[in-house]
Order: sequence, then structure tokens, then C-alpha cells
Amino acid sequence: LLQQNWNWNSLLFSRKTDLYEMGWNIGGLRDCLIAAAPYGGPIGKCDKSYVWKSGIVVDIGWTVSDYLLCIQENGTVLIYDILGNYCRHFNMGSESQNSVTEAKVFHSAYRTGVAILTKAYRFSVVTNIDDQKIWRLPDVPGLQTSGLSCWTVISQDRQTKLVLASGRNIYVLDNDSCTSVTVPGLDPDVSSYFHMSASFNYKYLALYTNTGCIWMGTSNLKVPLKYMILKCSYYSCIMVFKISSRCRRPRSQQPSVVLMWDRLLLVAGKNNENDELYLVPELDGVRIIGSKSHEFLHEVPATCEEIFKIASMAPGALLLEAHKEYKKESQKADEYLREIKDQNLLPTAVEQCIEAAGFECEPETQKMLLRAASFGKSFLSNFSPEKFVTMCRELRVLNAVRDYTVGMPLTYVQFSQLTVQVLIDRLVFRRLYPLAIEICKHLKIREFQGVSHVLKHWACFKVQQKDPDEDIAHAINQKLGDTAGISYSEIAAKAYECGRPELAIMLLDFEPQSGEQVPLLLKMKRGQLALNKAIESGDTDLVYTVVMYLKNEMNRRDFFLTLRKHPVALSLYRQFCKHQEQDTLKDLYNQEDDHQELANFYVQESYQEKVEVRVAELQKAVDEYSKARNEFAAKATEEQIKLLKFQRKLQDETDKPYVDHSLHDTVYNLLLEGSHRHAEQLYKDFKIPDKRYWWLKISALAEKNDWEELEKFSKSKKSPIGYLAFVEVFSISEQFNYLIILSFLMSLREVEQAADIAIERKNENDLNLVLSRCNQSTDRSLVERLNKARSGANKK
Amino acid sequence: MAAHLSYGRVNLNVLREAARKELREFLDRCAGSKAIVWDEYLTGPFGLIAQYSLLKEHEVEKMFTLKPGSLPPADVKNIIFFVRPKLEIMDIIAGNVKSEVKQRSHRDFHILFVPRRSLLCEQRLEEQGVLGSFINIDQYILDLIPYDGDLLSMESESAFRECYLENDQTSLYHAAKGLMTLQALYGTIPQIYGKGECARHVANMMLRMKREFAGSQNQILPVFDTLLLLDRNVDLLTPLATQLTYEGLIDEIYGITNGYAKLPPEKFIQKKQGEGGKDLPTEPKKLQLNSAEELYAEIRDKNFNAVGAVLSKKAKIISAAFEERHNAKTVGEIKQFVSQLPHMQAARSSLANHTSIAELIKDITTSEAFFDNLTVEQEFMTGVDTDKVNTYIEDCIAQKDPLIKILRLVCMQSVCNNGLKQKVLDYYKREILQTYGYEHILTLNNLEKAGLLKLQTNARNNYPTIRKTLKLWMDDVNEQNPNDISYVYSGYAPLSVRLAQILVRPGWRSIEEVLKMLPGPHFEERQQLPSGLHKKRENRTTLIFFLGGVTYAEIAALRFLSQMEEGGTEYIIASTKLINGTSWIKSLMDKLEAPPF
Repeated sequence: LLQQNWNWNSLLFSRKTDLYEMGWNIGGLRDCLIAAAPYGGPIGKCDKSYVWKSGIVVDIGWTVSDYLLCIQENGTVLIYDILGNYCRHFNMGSESQNSVTEAKVFHSAYRTGVAILTKAYRFSVVTNIDDQKIWRLPDVPGLQTSGLSCWTVISQDRQTKLVLASGRNIYVLDNDSCTSVTVPGLDPDVSSYFHMSASFNYKYLALYTNTGCIWMGTSNLKVPLKYMILKCSYYSCIMVFKISSRCRRPRSQQPSVVLMWDRLLLVAGKNNENDELYLVPELDGVRIIGSKSHEFLHEVPATCEEIFKIASMAPGALLLEAHKEYKKESQKADEYLREIKDQNLLPTAVEQCIEAAGFECEPETQKMLLRAASFGKSFLSNFSPEKFVTMCRELRVLNAVRDYTVGMPLTYVQFSQLTVQVLIDRLVFRRLYPLAIEICKHLKIREFQGVSHVLKHWACFKVQQKDPDEDIAHAINQKLGDTAGISYSEIAAKAYECGRPELAIMLLDFEPQSGEQVPLLLKMKRGQLALNKAIESGDTDLVYTVVMYLKNEMNRRDFFLTLRKHPVALSLYRQFCKHQEQDTLKDLYNQEDDHQELANFYVQESYQEKVEVRVAELQKAVDEYSKARNEFAAKATEEQIKLLKFQRKLQDETDKPYVDHSLHDTVYNLLLEGSHRHAEQLYKDFKIPDKRYWWLKISALAEKNDWEELEKFSKSKKSPIGYLAFVEVFSISEQFNYLIILSFLMSLREVEQAADIAIERKNENDLNLVLSRCNQSTDRSLVERLNKARSGANKK
Repeated sequence: MAAHLSYGRVNLNVLREAARKELREFLDRCAGSKAIVWDEYLTGPFGLIAQYSLLKEHEVEKMFTLKPGSLPPADVKNIIFFVRPKLEIMDIIAGNVKSEVKQRSHRDFHILFVPRRSLLCEQRLEEQGVLGSFINIDQYILDLIPYDGDLLSMESESAFRECYLENDQTSLYHAAKGLMTLQALYGTIPQIYGKGECARHVANMMLRMKREFAGSQNQILPVFDTLLLLDRNVDLLTPLATQLTYEGLIDEIYGITNGYAKLPPEKFIQKKQGEGGKDLPTEPKKLQLNSAEELYAEIRDKNFNAVGAVLSKKAKIISAAFEERHNAKTVGEIKQFVSQLPHMQAARSSLANHTSIAELIKDITTSEAFFDNLTVEQEFMTGVDTDKVNTYIEDCIAQKDPLIKILRLVCMQSVCNNGLKQKVLDYYKREILQTYGYEHILTLNNLEKAGLLKLQTNARNNYPTIRKTLKLWMDDVNEQNPNDISYVYSGYAPLSVRLAQILVRPGWRSIEEVLKMLPGPHFEERQQLPSGLHKKRENRTTLIFFLGGVTYAEIAALRFLSQMEEGGTEYIIASTKLINGTSWIKSLMDKLEAPPF
């Protein structure tokens, strides 16, 4: 009978399921420290009498990620993994030196904390053992005299508080204050508290008083929920207190187990007097651990109750019945089915059966329910199969992990809360890689969260084995291949951590992302290899990073030689030097015999300096340009030196700024100044082309309005740039007058150009002027054109 | 707000929205009021992604420009540095933070690296002892910024200089990363073609990065069929030539930065009755130029000589539309007229703006100087007298015209002659140094390194062959109703765009010889698509990426090809930066200045 393990109290059913027979060979639990992690987690046991090398263990507890914490009297907390390997340790501070009397391990989302009490009645708390920041809590007044009866940790909303009882007082202790609290609704006779216990989610708190009362309320001690008097008042008791959606229950133990459901107290019965029990609060029930047995006690879920309750008429129950009859090939099946269908409750019935299957531990029962669901489903046309399929899949997973070889008694509710991700992580911690992979595949979890994740852990474990490097690297690559989301560099990092750099390098070779390879290679001091990988990636920032590393690690000569082998790195380093280390740049060019760049460098440098130094720098540039066989640059630089010297001299003589002007501008300025001699000298010394010199001179003279000099210059020899240039220069000058231009042109015997301008302007006076200078016989065609233009102009 | 990005075949607004989302997420990570300290260089590119209003919505109350010393006072909880990963900038930030710490201010500091975090920079911050002061150190991946409906730019000014002069391939890495982002959003691009060293490098990095993500197959139906990567140094000639499209000329004359042009204000004064001759505005008029403006979208890519006709036609249509009001008799008609008013008014003001701009440009294009310059350019491009000293250039130097103009012409002559004879080259160089100053020797050196100026080696001048094979010069160009891309330079067809055109039809195999003459390797790669994503489509979409910059005229030419019916290929254009000859040459110049004493 499925109902045989049910217990009825006046409001609801509870049931107890045997999980495992305990195979440990111990007399009793009295002399042990026991700790079990929630969500069907592992059980830790520690003999109180066992003498540890490093000190006496005060308490043990599990972290959220299945590490065992052993808190010792001297304040040291040792951390072990689930397989009993020592991982690391930390200390609760000097305060706790050899004086820890009590300790509690507490959890909040993704974190585990430890609170300790010292002989001097001082509390210290580490809220996150991965961060290990120690908080010394303020002293509680009067503890030394009145003593401490019980205390507990409340960890909620990232805040950690302690609640403690001393005599008739209750205190709440946080990081910087200690507040005395009056508990509302409590019997005034209470003079001390035996025990207190926080609920699974720290939302509620239970107090057990010397008057035999249990007070329950919110953990801020403001709102009472229930108050009751127990018939028995035993001084020593353990309360386990949990709240699920429907029930709250504190439990006391020895010799009787006290349960409380909602508003009702239930004494579940006497246990074997000789047997000590340990209770593990779970999300939806309590695990009872004894020396021989391991049981799970929980409220019978409503759905199961409806289906299995004797003479239930719930749709699910009827469907189950229908299926049974169907198997017997009895027509009653149809009757039952009709009954459900008439009420339009078939979908509900199917859903009930699916849901109930989730709450059952026995695969046979699960199968029975699921078959019934499937049977019912076949009469429905548009029932989404998703729920059914998911349930089948997940139950298969749960049954697999409940197996005693795995030993994770997870209920469906716990599993939903815990998520698949965490379950897989737990399996991985237990090194149950094949099972984890099968589960990932079975539940079709995305690769990088599923299979890849497991494989990575497997590989990280693999690198710690004693096999030869090659074999391990080969085995890992064989199994992992190009699986998406595999980070070979993480595995390599693990290998390096385990002191196997050679293996790490082999593994890194499989890493497709160079960006991932480089930091680890640097950590392993493989600068050269890192440089190759960085260059391969094309990520210049990585190259820079490696180059800077090499710069610090190597002597300069080797560093330069290395760079030389890697042109990409070299040019990047050059850019770096250009902005940051000018002097290094010079050394770099010297090292490479890059005379051209060296010369450029000197040129650049020279502009930072005053004239005298600049000349010297430029002289160096000349030498380098010559070495680089850049004759043009060498000569140009020599000329610049010559010019600078000249300018310097001029500047001294005239007290006017000449330095830093181009040759062109210098000559121009000289002409403006009227220093024709100097201008002429530069023109000759620097071999300025005639054309440019003429342009230069006429524009300067025009700007200066020196028409006399301009005319003189124009007649000095034939203009290499024609005479239109003169016209242009005139036309932009202020003294603009065409008559002047024309007479000027004609004075140069450039009659034709003058005629062109006059014709274009169509001005009678201009035309007359030109005509008067024309030779009627030799310039016949010209005269004709002029006359024609003149008659045109007249008409206007 | 950015609707014009979604008009094209490829909805680039997806990219912009992704960028905006990332920005919002980062800002929200720094809870509370904030002040942003800007690396000034980034403000322009960011403007293309988000306006100030977006920042304001996320509690950005103050904005400062990054400067050495201490930060200006601001009553905010968070200080966020938006910076490029440069060591010089890290030193400034460290100074800022230290002075804040000295003043005991309780602010939270954050850094947002654009476009990528840098280990090197973080190390520098650590050396300076301030790394721990930062609560958030994050990166804002901004590689390819949507610039217009068919245009993406990295807005990286110095990319060409870094790649071809300094052998620093950082911008290529960012380009490859940007292409990966693009593929993540728009699907794997099955075919990759390329020409040039940098193109090869980018393609290699892309293929490599794809391997890094092996296994996570991209299940998006590919939007792009082909990616064409082109090195700018494959076609050095095009940017040197003066662009003759409307947009190209605006850029040549006034410059367009981050989508905005600054124009002389005189022409834009609104003429209102009764207040003539009031004081003139002195601030230049800032106009945003993109395809969101209907009229601009229509005329931007036309040859400037065809713009006038369009504008006058538009003017007639608009005034006719306004006249309609006299015909509106019934209430219904009047109502309809009124409902169209805002649109008409916008069209009218847009027309007024562009008429003003066109007038401004016309003053310049009809000048003798412009004409002379263009004549010489066209002579070079057609191969006339490219082997001797050009008298026009000589005269320009003698009259000390702007140096960049000279450099553009000399470089053009060198490119069109496959290098200059020693005598000619030395003559030009000497003239430039004597006239503009010896300090330009480094600039000349840079131009030589970049291949813009070079000495003719014994090899034959192959430019004429290239010109003839690729039909780079078209004598019968039709500026009004173009039938060939050469209209964008009134005769010269940009080499880069010809390569793209030939790739589609008849294929590069037909021009193997010419491809060999151009620098760098040419290649083809295929990227495997997951089965089921193959498609047969009539119209193909090509993403063409110019490594080292693209000009507006080239963009115009590509848009022209997109519109051609028989072409069947639509182009989306990406580039490290939008350039013109002037901005390009400027980026290659080294300025040497003596200290002021």
C-alpha cells in the first residue's frame, strides 16, 4: 500500500521515506560532530575524541559549493573538498587564538559564512569565506556575568546579524551595534532560553524557553506567529525549524521528535532511546540521520494526497484507476474515463498524474503515474506534451542521482530550486563526470553550460594525474577536440598551478584564442612564445603587453635582438618610444643601423633646441643622411645649416626675426626691407631658380609699392615668367591703374600684351594709347584689331 | 531620429541600436548622478550614436573635456572617463584621480575604453597607483559606426598613417573585430575578396577569429553576399583628384566632419522684411548632411554641374505647391493643404540651404585658379607630360600657394607616372623645402614611405596600361545623365570603384595582369555557411571596405553602381575614415615647430 508510511495528524498527512541504510560502522552519534549540507547534500562526521594535529575541532559545516569547513579551537578554518582533500585554510583573526568555544556556519545566496564565539564572549564573523574579511562584532554588555545560553545567525539581504539570549534578555548584534530586544507576546515568566533556531531561509525564528514554551515569529523579532506550550521541558534539545510554503515546524529531539505543522503540534513518536538523531532541515522536509538509517520526513504534497487518499474522487485518482482497469482489459476503464471526461477534467487529471510522479521516490510508482498520464493524454487532442516529456526526463535524472552510489537524495521540489546547473556542478565536484555528461546530454543543455563545462572540469582533474605530459595532453585533446566553449587556457592554467608548465604549454597550443594564451604564457615566463602568439592574434594591445614585459625581463641587447626578429613588435615599440621614450628610440635606430630614421630623428630633435644646438643636431643628421645614401636630404640639410647661420647673423645685425623662416620668406623679407644685396646673395648662394626669384621679387616690390625698383628690375633682363605676371602683381596692388600698366608694358616693348589687355577692357583711352605706340607698318594685324575694338567701344 | 539608417537594403539601424543599448547598459551600471570626462576626439563619433538627451536620461549631469590637472567641480556621484586606450591619456587620468583623492572627494571613478580595453593602459594606471580607484573598467566596442543608410565608418583619422607609414596594425585589428560584430548581426559573409597587404591581414584575422568561435554557428541568414576588402594604397590616385560631386565639393572646400559641415554664415541669413543689414553672424553655420534630408539625398552624388538644374526644378515645384493654396476652396482642401505645410516648409528651407551652398561652391568652381588646377589634374590623369617638371606647379610654388595643394599635385604626377625621375623629384622637393621651409623634409619623407612620392625605377611606367585596361579615363562623360562612374570626377573613373565593378562582371580573372601591377596580393576566401542558410538571390549585396579611407566621390560612384539596373549588386560601404586629398595628406604630415623663445 502506498499510504502505509503516511502519518495523519488532525490537519494533514506527513510521510517518512527511507532514503538509505547507513553503512557507517559507528556506535552512535553522541560523540560525533555531524554536519549535512542541504539539498540532499553530503554528510560530514567527525569524532569529537579524534585528536587533530593542528588543533581541536569545534564544529564542522558545509559550504554552498560542497566544501567541508572544520573550525578549530585556535580560530583556524580548514577547508576540504568533498573527497576529503585539503584545499586551504584561513584564520578568524588573532582574537580567536585558542579560545573558540562555539562556531556556526551559515549560508546566503551563493555565499557561506562562519561565525565564532570566543571564551571572552566575543563574536567574530566572516560573511563570505572566499573574501575572508573578518568583522569583530561589538561586545554585548553583561555576558561575562549572566552567561550566554544560546545564539544563532540570521543572514538576510546581504546583512548578517546575530541573535543571542543571555538570561532573560535577547540581543540583536550587527556590525556596529548591539540592541536589546523585547520579544512581543512572550510569557513574562520566562527567565531564560534553552534554544533558538532560524528557519531555512532565515525569515523566521523559534525560541524555546525555560517555561517549556516555543515562540515563533519573524526573524526581526517583531511579529509573533505562534506561541505554544510543550508538555515536556527538557533542558537539552535541538530544534530544527523550517518554513515551506505551507508549513512551519520546529523539532526537538531526544527522546521525542517534535513536529509542528501550521497551527498544530505533533509528537511523531518515540525513537529508540539509545539512538541519537541528527536532523537536516530541507526546503520541503527534514532529513533524519541516525546511526543506522537515513530518512526523509515531509508533508504529503496535496496532489499525491488527492490521488492516493483512500476513496479519492479527484480526477487524477480516477485516471489512475482507469488505467489500472485498462491494463486488466476491463470495461470499467471506460466508465472511469467517462466520469472524468463528463466533467471536462481530463487535462487536470493528466496534469495531476504528471505532478504526482514528481513527488514520488519509487521508480515503480513514478512509472505507474506517468503511464496513467500518458494513457489519459492519448484522449486529448491539443495537450502540450512538454510537461510530460520534461517530467520523464527530469525524473530519470533524479532517480540516477538518488542511487546509493551517487547518494544525492534530492526531491523534485529541491531539484527545481537548486537548478540543473548546480546539480551538474555537484556531480562534477564528486568527479562523477560520465554521469554529469549523460545528464547534460539527456536534458539537452547548451554545450558551454553543459558538456563543455563538465569536460573542462574533467580536464582540470586530469592534469593533476601522474601520467606523462604527452599522454595527458593527448587524452584531453582527444576528448575535448574543438568542443564549443572549451577554454584550453583555463585547463592549462590549472596544469601550471599544479606545477606542470610543460603540460600547460602543450595544452595552450590547443587554445584557439591567442588572447587567452598570452597572459598565461607571461605568467609562466615564456615571453618569446607569448610574443609569437600575440603577433599571431593581430591584437596590438597584446603585442604591446608582451613587449613591455620583455623589456622589463630582458637586458637591453637581448630585448632589441628579439624585437628585430619580430618586425610587427618592433614597429609598435618604435611608436611607443616616439611618444614615451625618445632616447630609447635613438638607441633602437643605432642598433639597427637605420641611418635614414636616425637622421630624421636628429632633425626632429633639432627643432626642440636653440639655434646653436640645432645646427649641431642638424650636422649629425647630415652625417646620417650621407650614410643612408640620401644625398638629396644631406644636401638639403647642409643648406638649411647654411641658411640658419645666415639668418642668425642677419638677426644679430638687424635685430629682426629671421630664424625659422623659409629661404623663400627670408628673401622676401629682405626685399621688403630693401636689403637687395643680401637678397641677391641668397639667390645666388642657394641657386634659387630664376622663375621663382622673379615672382618673388616682383611680388615683394609690388607689396612695397616700389614701382621704380620694379621697373628697373623688369628691364634688367628678359623676364623668365613673361610680363603678364607683372600685370597680375599690379592688379592686386593698391596702385591699380591700367594706364600705368599699359605704359609700363610698352616701355618694355611688349606691345602685343598691352594690346590684348586694352582690347579686353574695351576702353577707348586705353586703345588710343596703345594705338599711338604701334608701328603702323610692322604691327598691321594688331592695329586692325585695335581699330575694330575702338569702333566697338565708340558705339556704346 | 535615425530613420535614414534603415532605408537601405541593409538596416544599419540594427547596428546603431545595438551600440546604444550597450551604452545605456554601461551608464546604468554606474548608479547615481554622473559626470562624463571626454577624450575630445571621441565626441564626434559618439554624436553619431547618441545625443546628449540619451546621456541625460541616464543621469549624466555634467560633461568635461579631459585635461591635465584637477577636475572641475561637479556635484555628482560618479566620474566616468570616456577615452581611447592611449598611454598619454592614462597619465592625464591618473593626475585627475590623484588630485581628487587629495581633495578627499567621495566619488566613484569609472573608465570606458573606446573601442577596446587595453592591458597596457591598465598596467600604466596600476604603475601610477590609481587602478584600484576605479569601480568599473569597461570597454565600449565602437568599431564601425553607422554613418548613413549605406555607409559605415570607423572614424579613425590616423588609420592610413598607422598602417602604411608606421606599420601599426591596430586599426586593422579593430576593422576585423568590427567585421565580426557585423557578421554576428547580419550573418556570415560567404565570400571574401581582397586586394592589398592590409586587406590580406584583415581577412586572415577574420578567418582566425572565426575559428576562435568554432562551434557556435551563426544561424542568421546572411545579408551580405560578398565582402570586398581594398587597401587604400592600391588606389593612391583617386583621393588626390579633386572631387566633382556636390557632396565631394562641400568636403573639398569646407570639410565634412562626423556628418557635419561648417559653412560661412553670410549666405544663410534669413531675409526678413524690415530688418535688412543687421549685424552679421560670425559663427560658421553648422549643417548636418545625410540622407535623412530628402533633397540632399537626391543631389549629393550628382556631378556639381547637374545640381543647378535640379535645384531650379525643385524651386518651381515648391513654389507651385505653395500656390496651391489659392486653389483650395473647400474647408477640406484647406485642411489638406495645411497638413502638408510642415513638410513643404522643411523642403523650402532645405532648398534655401542648398541653393546657398551651391552658390558658394559655384563662386569657387568658376574661378580661374580652380579651373587651372583641374586642367593640370586631368592632364596628369590622361598621362600628358607627366615625366617633366610641370610649369603650373612651379608657378604655384613661386606664388606660395597652400602647401597641401602643391603636395597633392606633385603626388598625383608621381602616381600617374609610376614615380618621378630623380631630377624632377629632387627639383620639386628642393623647391618645396626652399619655399615652405626645411621642416617639411620629414613630411616629404613620409610621402615617399607611403608611396605617394617615389623615384622612378628602371621599370616601365605602367600607369597608361592600367588606365587603358580599367578604362580610367572616359572622354565622353555625361555629367547630367551619367552612364558611367567617371562622372564623379568629370572624366576620371576611380580605380578602386572600377575594381569593384569588374569583380562583379566579368570578374577579376579578366584583369590578372593589371592586378599584378597594383601593390599587394589579391585573394579570394570562402566562409562555410551552416546548411540551410544558402540562398539564391537575384540581387546581391556587397560590403566594400576601404582600409585607409574613402572619398565621397567614390561613395557616389558606388551608389551609382547600386542604382544601375543591369548591375544587380547593391553596395554597402565601410571605411576607416571618410577622407579627401587634403585631410589625407594632412594626416601624413609631420609638423616641426621650434620652441617659442
